[in-house]
Amino acid sequence: MSTQDKDLSIKIRRSALGRARGLGSAKSGSAHWWAERMTAAALLPLSLYFVVSVIILLGADQAHMAAYMAEPWNSALFLALIAIMFYHLSMGLQVVIEDYVPDEAKRLITLLVIKGVIIFLALASAVSVLKLAFS
Amino acid sequence: MAEFSLPANSKIGEGKTYKAEAGAKRVKSFKVYRWNPDDGKNPVMDTYEIDLDKCGPMVLDAIIKIKNEIDSSLTFRRSCREGICGSCAMNIDGTNTLACLKPIAEVKGDVKINPLPHMPVVKDLVPDLSQPYAQLRSIEPWMQSETVAPPDGERLQSKEERAELDGLWECILCFCCSTSCPSYWWNGDRYLGPAVLLQAYRWIADSRDEATGKRLDALEDPFKLYRCHTIMNCTQTCPKGLNPAKAIGKVKQLMLERQG
Repeated sequence: MSTQDKDLSIKIRRSALGRARGLGSAKSGSAHWWAERMTAAALLPLSLYFVVSVIILLGADQAHMAAYMAEPWNSALFLALIAIMFYHLSMGLQVVIEDYVPDEAKRLITLLVIKGVIIFLALASAVSVLKLAFS
Repeated sequence: MAEFSLPANSKIGEGKTYKAEAGAKRVKSFKVYRWNPDDGKNPVMDTYEIDLDKCGPMVLDAIIKIKNEIDSSLTFRRSCREGICGSCAMNIDGTNTLACLKPIAEVKGDVKINPLPHMPVVKDLVPDLSQPYAQLRSIEPWMQSETVAPPDGERLQSKEERAELDGLWECILCFCCSTSCPSYWWNGDRYLGPAVLLQAYRWIADSRDEATGKRLDALEDPFKLYRCHTIMNCTQTCPKGLNPAKAIGKVKQLMLERQG
């Protein structure tokens, strides 16, 4: 036996090929990747619409704002913006966390917290729009 | 794993300087990463001054000259000296490339030479590439076909089918691209990296191969394939002028295509 064979400090004896194969393919990922791109594309016109809305509503009072949101077109577009933006945000941040947080437990907790916060913010934004629309 | 500073035993110190011989006119300094696994010391950058009038034109000529004439302990891999074996892949002047294809004249100022980034170092400029080699094996880079080859000859391809392999077959597996990719640095244990994904696509694109679906199945994974964020370092650094990012893009496209 060589000295390396007896070295008990070596923690990994699994072959390089075994480690490369790992747990195998998850058979997923393309739907996530495609959804990220499609939401990004949808956000281009929606963000433009948002900026235009902000300019139109510059200096408007609450009654004016409520009247604007009561227009079905406006409330629908705002709800679409909110849904797609927060969905895109959630998917994008998930990828960032997967890139930079290698520890499985920390990764899971970070992802759960981030997604929880995002869902809450999305709901709060949607409720605000609906409240204005139906006030 | 994301690491934003080097571990204590990897911090690079100042090394020795070997002066050019008296009377040398065109002197160029080569700062070379040195680390010896046997002496227990941290890595250092040694400086070698070379008279370019007595040296070949490529960076590999200079480090062979250093090993032959100045410091025989300098360790590096090299074989063909013409860009076909991929052995002398290293980081020169901040970019991964082949030392044999990199003209010294292209480097302004001192020539800084490091091993390929973010791989374990065996010694000096020799990286341990066991992981990418094993990943290459994991994608089964050989032809898989149930149809028996014609008894009287080879499996034929049309000119168009053969053209699909251009820009793929030229890869010499030097791993300049994989070791330039931040995604591969942080998640190299699970992400296959641009070199291996280009090889995977080389077999997906081969008209003679019949395992395309199986190959796509094996790649469809948030880490194996989708850690690629189109950073494009791979394409920028490839010493053979290939485009691994495009090959990865093609694989992603096929993933969608087969879903309807």
